[in-house]
Amino acid sequence: MDFIFVFEQVLNGLGYGLMLFLIAAGLTLVFGIMDTMNLAHGSLYMAGAYIAARVHESSGSFAGAVLLAVLLTVVVAVVLEALIIRHLYRRDHLVQVLATFGIILIADDAVKAIWGVAPLLASTPAALAGPIEVFPGLPYPAYRLLLIAAGLLVALGLYALVHGTRIGMLVRAGASNRQMAEFMGVRVGAVFAFVFALGAALAALAGAMMAPISAVQIGMGEAILIPALVVIVIGGIGSIRGAFVAALLVGLVDTAGRAFLPPALRAVLPPALAAELGPALAGIAMYVLMAAVLALKPAGLFPARA
Amino acid sequence: MLQMKKVALALVLGSALAAHAEDIKVGIALDISGPFSALGAEARDGFDLAIDKLGGKLGGQPAEFLKTDFGGSPEQANQLVARYLQREKITFFTGPIGSNAALAVGPALFAAKVPYLSSNPGPSAYAGEKCSPWFFAQYQNDTYDEAAGKVANEKGYRNVVLIAPNYPAGKDHLNGFKRLYSGAVKDEIYTRLGQTDYAAEIAQIRSAQPDAVFFFLPGGMGINFVKQFVGGGLKDIPLIAPGFSADEDVIQAVGEPMLGVLNTAHWTHDLDIPANVEFVAAFRNKYDGRYPSVYAAMAYDSLMAMDAAVRDVAGKVEDREALLQALRKPSFKSVRGDFKYGVNNFPVQNYYLREVGKDAQGRLTNKLIGTTLEQHQDAYVGACKR
Amino acid sequence: MTPSFVSRPSFAARHAGVLRRLPWLVLAVLALFPLLAPLFGVEYYVGFMRRVMIVAIAAASLNFILGYGGMAALGHAGFIGVGAYTVVALVEAGVASAWLAWGCALVGGGVFAALIGAVSLRTRGVYFIMITLAFAQMLYYLAVSLRTYGGDDGYGLYTPLTLGAGFDTAHPQLFYWVVLALAALVFAVFSRVAHARYGHALRGIRDNETRMVALGYPVYRLKLAGFVAAGAVAGLAGGLLASHNAFVSPGLMHWTQSALLLVMVMLGGAGRRWGAALGVALWLTLEEALKMYTDYWHWPLGLLLLLIVFHAQQGLAGLFGSRAQADVGGQGADVAGEVDGAAQERAGSAEA
Repeated sequence: MDFIFVFEQVLNGLGYGLMLFLIAAGLTLVFGIMDTMNLAHGSLYMAGAYIAARVHESSGSFAGAVLLAVLLTVVVAVVLEALIIRHLYRRDHLVQVLATFGIILIADDAVKAIWGVAPLLASTPAALAGPIEVFPGLPYPAYRLLLIAAGLLVALGLYALVHGTRIGMLVRAGASNRQMAEFMGVRVGAVFAFVFALGAALAALAGAMMAPISAVQIGMGEAILIPALVVIVIGGIGSIRGAFVAALLVGLVDTAGRAFLPPALRAVLPPALAAELGPALAGIAMYVLMAAVLALKPAGLFPARA
Repeated sequence: MLQMKKVALALVLGSALAAHAEDIKVGIALDISGPFSALGAEARDGFDLAIDKLGGKLGGQPAEFLKTDFGGSPEQANQLVARYLQREKITFFTGPIGSNAALAVGPALFAAKVPYLSSNPGPSAYAGEKCSPWFFAQYQNDTYDEAAGKVANEKGYRNVVLIAPNYPAGKDHLNGFKRLYSGAVKDEIYTRLGQTDYAAEIAQIRSAQPDAVFFFLPGGMGINFVKQFVGGGLKDIPLIAPGFSADEDVIQAVGEPMLGVLNTAHWTHDLDIPANVEFVAAFRNKYDGRYPSVYAAMAYDSLMAMDAAVRDVAGKVEDREALLQALRKPSFKSVRGDFKYGVNNFPVQNYYLREVGKDAQGRLTNKLIGTTLEQHQDAYVGACKR
Repeated sequence: MTPSFVSRPSFAARHAGVLRRLPWLVLAVLALFPLLAPLFGVEYYVGFMRRVMIVAIAAASLNFILGYGGMAALGHAGFIGVGAYTVVALVEAGVASAWLAWGCALVGGGVFAALIGAVSLRTRGVYFIMITLAFAQMLYYLAVSLRTYGGDDGYGLYTPLTLGAGFDTAHPQLFYWVVLALAALVFAVFSRVAHARYGHALRGIRDNETRMVALGYPVYRLKLAGFVAAGAVAGLAGGLLASHNAFVSPGLMHWTQSALLLVMVMLGGAGRRWGAALGVALWLTLEEALKMYTDYWHWPLGLLLLLIVFHAQQGLAGLFGSRAQADVGGQGADVAGEVDGAAQERAGSAEA
């Protein structure tokens, strides 16, 4: 096992982690700031992927496709917020689970009615289709480098937004004490609507960016929702910093589990047992990590309670 | 409005009561939501085409085709079959895409003496130990992989990496490949079921530097894998797959990266057999020029087999032994060409090598390369004792 | 309807007598159903009702910890799976007695609930939801990779289990009555316990855990006891489901199954005596009916959930019963929120 292999796997872990962060960031914002458990976040991710895939295919412009996917998904999200989500903020988490689970059921059927059941074609933009020689002996997919860059940019942008702008200040005020903020003249409803739209934009961005390297199909939202929830729970709900650290942690642990655990077990256990155990353990590494973190720190790594 | 509903209800109930016992009913369990939805939709199109062609009849007798979605879950398939058997009293059953659903519904159907003409899965249990005279397969799951193993030999690949999801079916498929493959296996990688990110596995493949990679990753997993594999700069390493990992649904979703993927199947749309030419033309005519996949072909074939059997017994489907004999000696022209059944009701037939290429219009699709295995029988038939 | 200035008594108050006798009436109808069904040509629905009752047993166990104990477990299907795979393991080992197999399923569910609960109950609110989910997912992946028991393909139980006196689970009516008796027993016991001292303590914890700690209650142990009981009953339901389907697959434990169970309990009304049964019956009936007519059978169910959330906050049971009838004396779903930690957990700024 040489250095380049290990380095490449670390890069893979970072890449996967940053992709998870793109999804988890929106989820943790909505969850943490509005105290709303939105299972339908995955559906917004799916919407982003479908729209981007379709637009990219018909127009040929990837950047345009991503932009349009984000815009259209935000429009959908604004309607969704006004019709349903707005009325859930003050309700308990279980009611939110119920309602947003209902939205998932409706969204999946809507996608099926609009685009059919067959997975959609979503190609990598031609300029980024091949690998780039990161350093001699390690070609790395150019598109994955773009994803890593996008993930880092979003992380920086969110940090700046929440801590450096007036709207960020309002968001923090609305979150830490809604009533007090209302007394002070903050239009909390508008702030929450903004946060939900922002979360939707991030989900759509993630979906649009992930489309070229993943299957664009019904159910993709639910498949990514669980790892994203794991990330925000490990990180501490509502904490962007927590989501960032946890996403990288999950990405690295998951990748390391898949890359290094089976060979390591083969070295110490009988081959038959190792062949059974290795992949099984690698598959649940993420959940073991979460259970371990919560057993030690019941509110996640960076509890965001005010 | 309420009145009208009542009238409609009365009509429905009335017609249900008036139904004759000798009506032929076909229970079709569809997979159009859930993990196999794309394949299930292909199968549905195949069924619909066959029903059109048969004019809604079987063997010239009026027949009813019940089509119900079960969302790809074996438990729901089980409930659906209970309903088909107890409430609808079906004569034939077909439809599920997944082996797990086939294994779940088998016992009830076999006990009720209802022939199950599989329109896709051919699980090893039904080919061997748990074989039943009431189950008819169109291929055995491993035979595609055996053909792929032979392809690897013929292409001169001496070192291959195998990759499949970590569940028993994944291991069966890899074992099927190794059965006829004579070269060395550099690595066997098992991934999580439903995994979306394959970067770690692709790095392992790169460092192993194999002559070729054999992958069994059904549905979305295969789409993810091939996209990331080619994006990772490994497009010079040939990919081999059993047909279901490289069928029309996958090809259309992956696009250009699929070019050149070798895959094996017991049927292909450019197979030059009159029955097949007619089927493909009718399918493309009905569905906007789209090429049928193997799932559509098998769905079509299973209704054709029922049609021929009903005709052979002159509509007397109550005589189940006679019906079974008719099914065992199929008198219809299959779209896959000639085949005969082994003692386990699994076919002895040809397997073909296909390669993803472009048709005259520049459309990506599978092209027939040649016959890999001639009149090949599955490996489990010996275990079928009855 | 003529306008009235006299406030009308509630539905429940007006029909108190009927409502009191209703459960017995329903029980009698259910018991007679297998005998009546052939007369109307609806034998199929005997099997369907059996399934509804089995799922209702599982839902009742979830309702017990969710509605009375405020523990929103999103991994309850894991215990159903443990019960089902216990039966599979015993059948594989040659056990033929249904009672022994189901008994072990009950114990198996309880043991796993004890292990998982011991860790999970240290967390609150959403963290509790997620950690129970994580454990159920681990069980799911474990079952997927268990080759002996079929892995993802599942395991068929080809020979029925014996019920004694020469009968077995292949006897549709008898198995139905066994399930009915067990369901009635489970509902009776949960209902009795909910009104006993333990039940009051549990509701006290749900409504204000800090106060209960201050009062000297062993809160953690009380919650764990409830969790284990619920896990055990879910295990029993899993064992019954294995016999009912004659088939077990890891799909039983997928997280969407846990979510569905939660949805069915909420639909019926969390913390209400008949909430679980109502929710399960309605959901499964709708699913069965919709699938017959359309491929697009998910969205009407989704719409139903939204309607429940916005127009029937107490669930179905809340539409019929009054506070007095709701046997928690509780506010059903709404209360669960407090426990769920909406207040305590109101998250802080995006960056702590």
